[in-house]
Amino acid sequence: MKLELRGITKRFGALTANDHIDLTVEPGEIHCLLGENGAGKSTLMNVLYGLYQADEGEIVLDDVVQHFAGPGDAMNAGIGMVHQHFMLIPVFTVAENVMLGHEKTGFAGRLDLAAARKQVREISERFGFDVDPDALVDDLPVGVQQRVEIIKALSRDAKVLVFDEPTAVLTPQETDELMEIMRLLKERGTSIVFITHKLREVREVADRITVIRLGKVVGEASPTATNAELASLMVGRSVELTVQKDPATLGASALQVENLSVIDARGQVVVNDVTFDVKAGEILAIAGVQGNGQTELTEALMGLQDRVTGTVSLDGRPLAGLSTRKVLDAGVGFVPEDRKEDGLVGEFTISENLMLDRSEGRPFVKGGSLQLSYLSTFAEEKSREFDVRSQGITTEVGRLSGGNQQKVVLARELSRELRLFVAAQPTRGIDVGSIEFVHKRIVATRDEGIPVIVVSTELDEVVALADRIAVMYRGGIVGIVPGNTSRDVLGLMMAGEIPAGIELEGSAA
Amino acid sequence: MSENVSTNNLASSAGLPPTEHNHPDSDSGLARVLVKSWKAPIAFGIFALGAIILFVVFGRDGDSTFRLSTDSDLIQLPEVVLPTRGTGLVISFVLVLLALYSVWLVSRARKVRIWLMAVFAVLFLIAFLAWASAGQTLPVPGLLIGTVSLSVPLIFGALGGVISERVGVVNVAIEAQLLGGAFVSAVVASVTGNPFVGLVGAIVAGVLVSFVLAAFSIKYLVDQVIVGVVLNVLVTGLTSFLYSQVLTNNAAVLNSPPRFDRWDIPLLSEIPVIGPTLFRQTVIVYLMYIAVAVVFYGLFKTRWGLRVRAVGEHPQAADTVGIKVNRTRFWTVSLAGAIAGLGGAYFTLGSVGAFNKEMTAGMGYIALAAVIFGRWDPIRATLAALLFGFASNLQNVLGVIGSPVPSEFMLMLPYVVTIFAVAGLVGRVRGPAASGKPYIGS
Amino acid sequence: MSDTENTPDPQAPAGSAIPAPATVPAGAPTGATVSGQPAAGQPAEPPSRWRLAFNEIIGGSVMISILAVVLAMVAGGILIAVTDENVQKAAGYFFARPGDTFAEIWKAVSGAYVALFQGSVFNPNRKDFVDVIKPITETLTFATPLIAAGLGVGLAFRVGMFNIGGRGQMLIAAACAGWVGFTLHLPWGIHLVVAIIAGVVGGGIWGGIAGLLKARTGAHEVIVTIMLNYVAFYLVSYLLRTPVLQAPGSNNPKSPPIDPTAVLPDILGPQFNLHLGFILVIAATVFVWWLLNRSALGFKFRAVGLNPNAARVAGIDVKNMYVYAMLISGGLVGLAGVFQVLGTVTTGFSSGIDAGIGFDAITVALLGRSKPWGIFIAGILFGAFKAGGFAMQASQGIPIDIVLVVQSLIVLFIAAPPLVRAVFRLPDPANPKKPKAPKSPRPAVTREAVAAK
Repeated sequence: MKLELRGITKRFGALTANDHIDLTVEPGEIHCLLGENGAGKSTLMNVLYGLYQADEGEIVLDDVVQHFAGPGDAMNAGIGMVHQHFMLIPVFTVAENVMLGHEKTGFAGRLDLAAARKQVREISERFGFDVDPDALVDDLPVGVQQRVEIIKALSRDAKVLVFDEPTAVLTPQETDELMEIMRLLKERGTSIVFITHKLREVREVADRITVIRLGKVVGEASPTATNAELASLMVGRSVELTVQKDPATLGASALQVENLSVIDARGQVVVNDVTFDVKAGEILAIAGVQGNGQTELTEALMGLQDRVTGTVSLDGRPLAGLSTRKVLDAGVGFVPEDRKEDGLVGEFTISENLMLDRSEGRPFVKGGSLQLSYLSTFAEEKSREFDVRSQGITTEVGRLSGGNQQKVVLARELSRELRLFVAAQPTRGIDVGSIEFVHKRIVATRDEGIPVIVVSTELDEVVALADRIAVMYRGGIVGIVPGNTSRDVLGLMMAGEIPAGIELEGSAA
Repeated sequence: MSENVSTNNLASSAGLPPTEHNHPDSDSGLARVLVKSWKAPIAFGIFALGAIILFVVFGRDGDSTFRLSTDSDLIQLPEVVLPTRGTGLVISFVLVLLALYSVWLVSRARKVRIWLMAVFAVLFLIAFLAWASAGQTLPVPGLLIGTVSLSVPLIFGALGGVISERVGVVNVAIEAQLLGGAFVSAVVASVTGNPFVGLVGAIVAGVLVSFVLAAFSIKYLVDQVIVGVVLNVLVTGLTSFLYSQVLTNNAAVLNSPPRFDRWDIPLLSEIPVIGPTLFRQTVIVYLMYIAVAVVFYGLFKTRWGLRVRAVGEHPQAADTVGIKVNRTRFWTVSLAGAIAGLGGAYFTLGSVGAFNKEMTAGMGYIALAAVIFGRWDPIRATLAALLFGFASNLQNVLGVIGSPVPSEFMLMLPYVVTIFAVAGLVGRVRGPAASGKPYIGS
Repeated sequence: MSDTENTPDPQAPAGSAIPAPATVPAGAPTGATVSGQPAAGQPAEPPSRWRLAFNEIIGGSVMISILAVVLAMVAGGILIAVTDENVQKAAGYFFARPGDTFAEIWKAVSGAYVALFQGSVFNPNRKDFVDVIKPITETLTFATPLIAAGLGVGLAFRVGMFNIGGRGQMLIAAACAGWVGFTLHLPWGIHLVVAIIAGVVGGGIWGGIAGLLKARTGAHEVIVTIMLNYVAFYLVSYLLRTPVLQAPGSNNPKSPPIDPTAVLPDILGPQFNLHLGFILVIAATVFVWWLLNRSALGFKFRAVGLNPNAARVAGIDVKNMYVYAMLISGGLVGLAGVFQVLGTVTTGFSSGIDAGIGFDAITVALLGRSKPWGIFIAGILFGAFKAGGFAMQASQGIPIDIVLVVQSLIVLFIAAPPLVRAVFRLPDPANPKKPKAPKSPRPAVTREAVAAK
């Protein structure tokens, strides 16, 4: 099926998320939609999928203009979508998820689960998946959940399949498998739209590439273009893909983590016997695919996890078992990975957010009272220093862009006297300008002699920042390797393998 | 460690995933540790201790007689006579044993099963009944019949709560739906002289309340709990106002509804104990049996139920497969109102016979408690409602035979039990994931 | 953005574009820009239930509040007219003489609302000056416990909790204060202070139980506070039958009268019922204002209320905040119970002493948008409804339940500004061009739309 988007425009109030976008996907083609976070890719796909109504423009399938009032219409027209955040109901089985929305029923309206199971098995066989129709989705690993999403789309005879950032949650191996599946689908005539911001994947699988920036199509590229070409097209200027930094001046070992384990509420060991240390003046990057225990590890360091065993000490003083308040007081700065949910109070002003974790005692509080004049002086100063762009320090943080929000978090954390700095996914979902700013500040913090932990699922970021890299897989640390380790090796380690001939630090294995 | 992990990985990188992928425990690669929960043993301990204090230390002398049949039964069962103090002693001892068993189970990292809790509860109850009725005769059929009567509006309300919450709208307005149903059914039945038309009126009233709840929570995104609470006040005010202003002056025309007659179901009604309890009731009670079954079947076996649950768990996912989330919510909440409204009719057409100010007396809130206590499951919620009905009726019955426990404490019991329940003694309850959250569509 | 778009265009004749300009004072639409609608294109994390509620409660405009009151009064008027017997009679021959019907409607509704006004503000028909202004002092007397309890419920709202347990907290507080009031015979001054403290502590503990259970076990405070209402009711009912609270020699479940030393003194002299409680409640309002807006504890309260996750990560002990908030909330609601036994009903109390104030407080807090001075004003308004309602019932025979209807309608309308705007055809401040408010982008989208700015 041939898909054409003609002059699609979508506005949110004053903001134009898609500005007259044209896109043509030929039958049996993998068409990559490449763009930065915030470029408008997902908005465009949500328009295509009927989740949004375009303000202008039309969607054309095989030369017939379509009018989608909702996803149901889009699906009936043959469009399927594999969402970035899986649209699966965790307490339902695979079969129930697949049948939802086009259920077959028998006597007295009884659901025909047998038919759904059969359909799941059929499609699984066709593509060599191994999915049990009766498994609860909640119990399935993300890779399998993604296959359920694909089955869901195929069970409705999707002719155009949209993959929205599908590799974010996958290991490099799983990513390879997904690419294989995409090729297989293509061979059978399915048109594929592949949305991503990862250049490597684009070049590997795409037949054609359309780059969008700030809601506009800025050009097409062929899969043979270099990374640098694609990146500059995507960002609109030449981008430094590397971070300027001098070799680390290492100090004494500052943070020592020994045999740390974390058990979650369901009784799963989500961090499993982890041991590492961070020296003053170095950046230890913790790499790994999302969901391999990194989140819980940083939360355990911050006193945010309930069931933690093992020891943590900072400059010789124990840190494990302390409350979050005490951990902060011990001089630990923390940038949480979900800044909107965990880092900021959206309805608070910039100044209020700047004192969020300092509401105990001086200088912001005296005798139980807030020191509002001190706070506003402080906030003005930090806003300037960290280049927070807003209409003033009384602006609600929720109204700022992601990059500026992250700068508020950084400003708050870096303006305390730190003995350790932990930054989880510090550049997730922010624009390239802010990414550069954040990276510079992280390196500057290191250069002040503070031990830094950076958790990132982006290999690019890990490689750019790290002096040493710890790779996590299924709750454990696979190994700790030097900062200049090759991507291939890191990729294998992220899947839990240790390539032969790689030297690990003794403590890790 | 690393070896272990890499073999796991080889399996999965050797092609498409191995079969273990479908078995979470073995697949996720994460070890599992049973989190020991001492809640059950602690609760058992407290209750066993209470049993010793109440039934042994403050034990009463005499015999407790349980009468199992009513005079009109075809099959007469003999009365059961238990020595009060002896029964208390024996059961207290067994309860202590059960408590110790639960300690042993948990220390061995095993779970305390639900049947054990049920056995414990039933034993405690028997001991309590024996203790309370020392030297007296306890009419068991009367106790149970009254339980069903008192539970009927609770069960209807709870069913309304369950389906409403399953679709993602918290229904605190059960009280308003019951009260509205009671009022309208009384008026309609009085005017038409036909209780069945009154039932229809009750349904309409419940649906109207639901419309407001749905409109404000779905269209205007007002917090659902707030709308519910305010609706309860509104309907209370409205019905009380109309009652004082209109009904009292024209009671003969507007507020003397005919009541439903009792229908004995042949054969079934002659089963000892169960027959009089379940099968000598009015048509509303039979409707209730049907409603429980239909709601259960509908929620878990039909397309409608699948969609309702999908919308309540993950509305975005439902939306992306073409289900109209807000429309589904609107009509399901309306249905919830219809069911709860039926429960309201029971007050006027089933039991009391005329509308009175605030006659639901907070039953809607207890029904809400039953929803949560019953973990959003129609059958369990029904059982919870029966439990609450039982506690209220026990107080009535003990009041008649002269209870050693102040009636206030018996009346307090359902609420205390609910607090314990939500505080997690029966396990942490998990409601529909999206319940209470408005869904903002485009 | 909306600010500029709502400022009247200097070149256009002011108000000409707005269909209902007469009711809209200048600048009112600008005030409405802080309403809860998420601004278009904002980062659209699915707004949490509480966040939406807060936006609606706190962020709305004064204009919407006034219009909501008007709308609710109109609805109440309709109800009065429809149920009035004279109106019904006249409507029987409506097509013969329609004027009669309208005259009767006017008589019924205006009679009711004039009685309401004369019962709550002042009554010019009376001779004595004291009697003329007495209604307003009655209003303030009724408002006193409403404000105290409203402050309690509002404080809990700001910490993200819904305290429906006002009834139970008031009952326990009344029992504690009452018990001190008639059992301990302390000197003047000390007695009153001890009684008040006992009541506040009692209410605080009863509220604190819900906070503690939420903090330690995750039990939802809505359910727990509802249940605690009943537990408190039966507990106090029981105690009223035992020598602990029951008046000696009485068979009624009623307590003995409060010692004169523990009674809140009348502040305007004995001819008025207004007691010291009103001064105390002003102090309480100032205190809650300071607590929420100027204190470190209040900062933490607000952070927890708006985003408990971020608060936790920022080292704020969220669980303790829940407990503290419910303690203070219960204490404030308890203060209302104290006012009831030591100010309003000093001749001994029964288990109905809460007089529904615990539930009224919810509507007061909602109307006041959980802001201390908003609650103060809302409390006085609802106090006026109460005082006037009794007068209306006495003189016009209209059941006081109508007040409940009007109050709950006010809250419903206030919670849904788009509805009020639609009724009065006001422009939507968040989106002046389109009739419908822009919805924030659906959560399914990545946050691209905004970050692209």
